[in-house]
Amino acid sequence: MATREPEVSDFIEQRYQHGFYTDIESDTVPPGLDEDVIRLISDRKGEPEWMCEWRLEAYRRWCEKPEPTWAHVHYPPIDFQAISYYSAPGAKNKNAPKSLDEVDPKLLETYEKLGIPLHERAALAGVAVDAVFDSVSVATTFKEKLAEAGVIFCPISEAIREHPELVRKYLGSVVPPGDNFYASLNSAVFTDGSFVYVPKGVRCPMELSTYFRINAANTGQFERTLIIADEGAYVSYLEGCTAPMRDENQLHAAVVELVALEDAEIKYSTVQNWYPGDENGKGGIYNFVTKRGECRGDNSHISWTQVETGSAITMKYPSCVLRGDNSVGEFYSVAVTNNYQQADTGTKMIHIGKNTRSTIISKGISAGHGQNSYRGLVDIAKGANNARNYTQCDSLLMGDTCGAHTFPYIEARNPTARVEHEASTSRIGEDQLFYLRSRGLSEEDAVNLVVNGFCKTVFQQLPMEFAVEAGRLLSVTLEGAIG
Amino acid sequence: MNDTLLSIRNLHAGVDDKPILRGIDFDIGRGEVHAIMGPNGSGKSTLSHVLAGRPGYTISEGSITYDGKDLLEMEVEDRARAGLFLALQYPVEIPGVNNVYLLKAGLNALRKHRGEPEVDAYEFLKLAREKLKALDLDDSFLNRGVNEGFSGGEKKRNEILQMLLFEPQLALLDETDSGLDIDAMKIVADGVNSLRGAERSIILVTHYQRLLDYIKPDVVHVLMNGRFVKSGDASLAKMLEERGYDWLRAEAA
Repeated sequence: MATREPEVSDFIEQRYQHGFYTDIESDTVPPGLDEDVIRLISDRKGEPEWMCEWRLEAYRRWCEKPEPTWAHVHYPPIDFQAISYYSAPGAKNKNAPKSLDEVDPKLLETYEKLGIPLHERAALAGVAVDAVFDSVSVATTFKEKLAEAGVIFCPISEAIREHPELVRKYLGSVVPPGDNFYASLNSAVFTDGSFVYVPKGVRCPMELSTYFRINAANTGQFERTLIIADEGAYVSYLEGCTAPMRDENQLHAAVVELVALEDAEIKYSTVQNWYPGDENGKGGIYNFVTKRGECRGDNSHISWTQVETGSAITMKYPSCVLRGDNSVGEFYSVAVTNNYQQADTGTKMIHIGKNTRSTIISKGISAGHGQNSYRGLVDIAKGANNARNYTQCDSLLMGDTCGAHTFPYIEARNPTARVEHEASTSRIGEDQLFYLRSRGLSEEDAVNLVVNGFCKTVFQQLPMEFAVEAGRLLSVTLEGAIG
Repeated sequence: MNDTLLSIRNLHAGVDDKPILRGIDFDIGRGEVHAIMGPNGSGKSTLSHVLAGRPGYTISEGSITYDGKDLLEMEVEDRARAGLFLALQYPVEIPGVNNVYLLKAGLNALRKHRGEPEVDAYEFLKLAREKLKALDLDDSFLNRGVNEGFSGGEKKRNEILQMLLFEPQLALLDETDSGLDIDAMKIVADGVNSLRGAERSIILVTHYQRLLDYIKPDVVHVLMNGRFVKSGDASLAKMLEERGYDWLRAEAA
């Protein structure tokens, strides 16, 4: 029995480590939300009066809204008054590790497996060093190149101050402040995010990803992104990172708005790998995001690609409003749920313009006790002559304690519309695994190969280097899911 | 008798409670080619699958020694890495996975196990093209999904392609000839014959003796009702072709 004592004290120590991180730094507001907190956020960020009013209006709308309960996910009620809504960007987290030596070795092992470059690991692990590496110079070179092309790419807080005419014109024009519960909350309290404006006829000279990867670590829980591609412009934006990111905020409610004007094209790719909770379903991020793009001009094109492997609970429906004639919307998604993860994700394709086309390819993978739901709406308005949609929803089950669900909604109000829906559910085949293993592949490699093959059509949409990483990410996420 | 590569003793195996193999004894030496023939349901495929380690079979009795090791204790992939190759009667489709990827991953898994350096993409393509040519297959074969939308004949040739690349120590061909037209069968037979050598043993599981016109076995065994009932030289196959299995049934009863 003598050996029990240290175990107990270890346990207490662990509780201590994780339980007492709420020391309030001078620049962090106490938990709770009211109009004063919103005024304070706006004031700290040096925002103009119109922005403050916009936030307050969103807050009032939020107060009137009930929390949504229609998604196929379960979680205990969230106490919105227990969340602190502002922390100054410079405020140091006392509990942040001081160096990589203090970081959970398991996390480092995962970085290793994912092949994350050494110089990025510390930043991702949340090491409290001001400049872990020379990110400033990288960002500067990058910004110069963009400025040459006339592309504006900056934090949205900076855009509110420097480019108010653009922000006022477009912010909330796709996702209005009263759109839904979490979008209203985000509109009221968002602290930062990205702003992109690509001027007429400009093809953004690079994937907007590198910069983001380096600077993504502290984007916070209420992120706001606004991307505008002016007439004939093109931009490809990649959000997130394959590396699991350390974050103590449980609720994430981001809003992303895309606006594509005539002949413009926006490709938006997401790799989401927030902390999913442990193997018993304890902890993990709630990822309740509103993402919507509007093809406002004729012949415009918006494409969403997402690889969702993280978070305990995901509710996310990147959508396209196809307003312009001949506009095109696409949604390519891989969503993985393992252990006790729950995902309710899909898209909405709103066809308003004539000859609008949309494609939905959704690949859901469930393992462990994971629950994976596809929820999608294809809506064809009266005037959308010759609108076309093709939807393909495939689910792959690993083991017999997980679940896959499909909730497709189709509303066609125009007789010339053509809507196709294909769906399949399959269990990862014993036959397939045996076949691959009998060719010398380990069971793990065999599973990875089958899963990667299943996701291929989605991975092909990702920028090259991320397609490779996404494949690795999947294998790390599903490690031990079979066998 | 050559040095024995595979030795099966009193093997009893089945699915659930249904016995299929009821006391198999079998030996094959290095460099030998054996044919296992028998009517439908005699247990031919079960024997092949049990040797390769396919899950779902219960082995109630007996032992299998392969190259001095207890085969039944080895995982599927370890058997493959130790040089045992099963060409399946019904190869499985793996959608979205390039054939070339599987071929290269398999080859490198074997090489790694043997302590040899892995082949890079360039070397591999060179090697693969050579083998494709021997099987009268087009280069595009490499970039299709594994067995995805392949015709029956293409699937079989893909198995032989893998065999030629992996150069196994023991090749098991489970009814590779079924569903092949005469030209395809000649090509497959040429492929198998090119692998014959002092260090390699081959077991042909087949229903018909047709394939044996092109690949001459050293020994022919007849499997009936889960047991070997007769062994002989190549002339036994001819006899089966002429007389069927009934006379053996009578003899075995």
